[in-house]
Amino acid sequence: MIETNDLSKQFHDFMAVDGVNLSVQGGQILALLGQNGAGKTTTVRMLTALLNPTRGWAKVAGYDVVKNGHDVRASVGVLTEQHGLYMRMSANEYLDFFGQVYGLDAPERKKRSDNLLEYFGLMEAAKRRVGEYSKGMRQKLALARAMIHQPGVLLLDEPTSAMDPESARLVRDEIARLKSSSRTIVICSHNLTEVEALADKIAIIYRGKILIQGTLEELKRNVLGAPEYVVKFADERNIDDLQLPAGVEYISKTPSSLKVRVEAAEESNPKLLNMLASKSIPVVALQEEMRTLEQVYLKVMAEAKGYEYVQ
Amino acid sequence: MSMFNKLRPIWLVARRELRDQLRDWRVLFPMVILTLCFPFLMNEFAKQTVDFLNQYEADLILDRLVPFSILIIGFFPITVSLVVALEAFVGEKERGTIEPLLSAPFDDWQLYFGKLLVGVITPLVASYTSIGLYLIMVSRQNLTMPSASVMTQLFFLTTAHAVLMVSAAIVISVQSTSVKAANLLASFIVIPVAILMQGEAVMLFWGNERVLWLGIAGVTIIALLLIRVGIAHFEREYLLGREIDTINLKWMTKTFWLNFTGEAKSLLDWYTRVLGGAFRRILPAVFFVLLIAGVSIWASYAWIKDNVAQMIAMATPEDIAEIERSIAEVGEFPDLSEIQQHLSAPFLFLNNTRAVAFIFLAGMVSFSVLGIMLYMVNIALIGGLYALFELLGVNPIPLFLAGVAPHGIFEIPALMIGSAVVLYFGAAIVTPQAGKSMGEVILELLADWAKIFIGLVVPLLAIAAVIEAYITPGLLLRVIGN
Repeated sequence: MIETNDLSKQFHDFMAVDGVNLSVQGGQILALLGQNGAGKTTTVRMLTALLNPTRGWAKVAGYDVVKNGHDVRASVGVLTEQHGLYMRMSANEYLDFFGQVYGLDAPERKKRSDNLLEYFGLMEAAKRRVGEYSKGMRQKLALARAMIHQPGVLLLDEPTSAMDPESARLVRDEIARLKSSSRTIVICSHNLTEVEALADKIAIIYRGKILIQGTLEELKRNVLGAPEYVVKFADERNIDDLQLPAGVEYISKTPSSLKVRVEAAEESNPKLLNMLASKSIPVVALQEEMRTLEQVYLKVMAEAKGYEYVQ
Repeated sequence: MSMFNKLRPIWLVARRELRDQLRDWRVLFPMVILTLCFPFLMNEFAKQTVDFLNQYEADLILDRLVPFSILIIGFFPITVSLVVALEAFVGEKERGTIEPLLSAPFDDWQLYFGKLLVGVITPLVASYTSIGLYLIMVSRQNLTMPSASVMTQLFFLTTAHAVLMVSAAIVISVQSTSVKAANLLASFIVIPVAILMQGEAVMLFWGNERVLWLGIAGVTIIALLLIRVGIAHFEREYLLGREIDTINLKWMTKTFWLNFTGEAKSLLDWYTRVLGGAFRRILPAVFFVLLIAGVSIWASYAWIKDNVAQMIAMATPEDIAEIERSIAEVGEFPDLSEIQQHLSAPFLFLNNTRAVAFIFLAGMVSFSVLGIMLYMVNIALIGGLYALFELLGVNPIPLFLAGVAPHGIFEIPALMIGSAVVLYFGAAIVTPQAGKSMGEVILELLADWAKIFIGLVVPLLAIAAVIEAYITPGLLLRVIGN
């Protein structure tokens, strides 16, 4: 579990993180989105007890990051921006070293290390020096390091960067599995499709401040408004005099289609279809307009920077 | 948690790093070559020196040549292996491996000692191997092997050098932002230690074991203080935060000035609030300095009483005649009534101010150890002179009351306060200061020193100089006549 209140970090005159409030429960994935330098890494470093907050507090796995830094670090698995691998070690030696750091006994280290290497497809290269690994292999090994002690909290910075689609899928599956085993996971990513697929909660950070946070649906609704639907007719019609039922808001039309915004689709969409049927307008499709996290992100950022968002 | 469990992470960090170093041929190759080759070079040099000195029957120097060579042979591998310690933290930072390590459940001191351990092991193994090789060569030649006690001293001295240099290198490694910068700063370790070794070499040739033991103790104390400084200023945040080395003169000036002025509204405000605050901070150090003064005065008094009295008692008529002849050669003593012309107030003031400033400078580069030693020598003169007057059959009390007390009332407290700041400086720098960088701490301490020096020490010394130049000679002449 992660809980923060007014978490802030100032470096001299620069406010890197400003009043961040987060709450991530076990079995949840929070995605931190933002530009480079927005404060994501600083936030993660505070959650890892590497940086002390200048204001506010944070609790990770039940421990205060300032008072119980050692316990926090023992409970967290971190995938850092840079892999941080020792190039002259083999993958076996590397995982064994970190296994020892986290106090695992030799048979357990071997078992977990073999499992992780097997899962990430690194078993064949386990005895080779990490310096000989490709970028993707290094990323997978770094991820294995973050998981070797089976931490309750995982903080992952760009977990699938530099990976081929197959490996990225493997990693996403593993993150989903960890989530289902009640782990608390925070992901910093620029891969919005991946975030859409994985995250339960999303927070967009800009200049150290959280601009907005919530589930994907909440974000879409709050930023882009209620869902939009397009009704396609079988032929061209004059629908100028059409009276839309309550809860359905008109957006635009063409001779063969109508675009509306609907607050409660379950209630309003059947009413809309009934009304169209009563007017003998043949409907061939009622389709929700695709709205992506990218749209949400770009709109939020545009508003934050003070320019108009153009879809 | 048991002690073993607490110490285990140190060995973990050290072992991993050691393995890494042993796999890096760029580090290993020069270390092995120098460790193995240098004893042969030194042996050849010793042979040539022996041949040369034999022509002049300089047996004493020959006897000391082997210990001196051992000292040098032990030193060189340390300088080469210093690279391991220099890149202990900054190297990891540059390679991007520092963050996972810092995110691991190590305490700061465990991480620090792990790095220190591997930093010390490598040079010591190289050093002992070199010395061992050289001793094998010595044993096969017609050279006198050093005694067991000298060998013990050399062992401790080499170890102390290694710990001193490595602990300094680790401090540099934590504070630097690139390996390049750390390597450049290494000169500030190698050169002072090389100068220190010249002093130790003199002690070796002199053959005074007791003094050499004191030297070993001094080096060990400074090494331990350096370790303390390293741990006190070791901050994960600092290691992650700074990416490039910048000398921000504006910030430095601003920080110093803010601390120096304390944003005082008037001179009175500065004296009472700002200087008063600084003085309150150094008060414990003032008490220590007083204690040191007491011990130093007593020790010098007792030493002069014992040794000089013994020397006088054991002096032969020839010795006394020799002393008398030397005194006659000096010629006439100056007329004390003209002393005022020789000792002007500005001269005395500058001389004393320079002495207090020098104590500070010496203390600053040695965590106050050298500064306090200089202070002890200065203050011990009182006890020594007192004892000497007693031995000469002169009552020292009137002499001290007339010749020392009038200006001493101001001069001695100035010296004590000036030395107390030095002690405070050393103590503060080895104490953890949460949330402050080492640069910030040093600037604040410098500001404290400047406040006390300008606001207290300089005025006291100025008053003392005026009294010493214009009042003391008159009083002294009244007491002793001309």
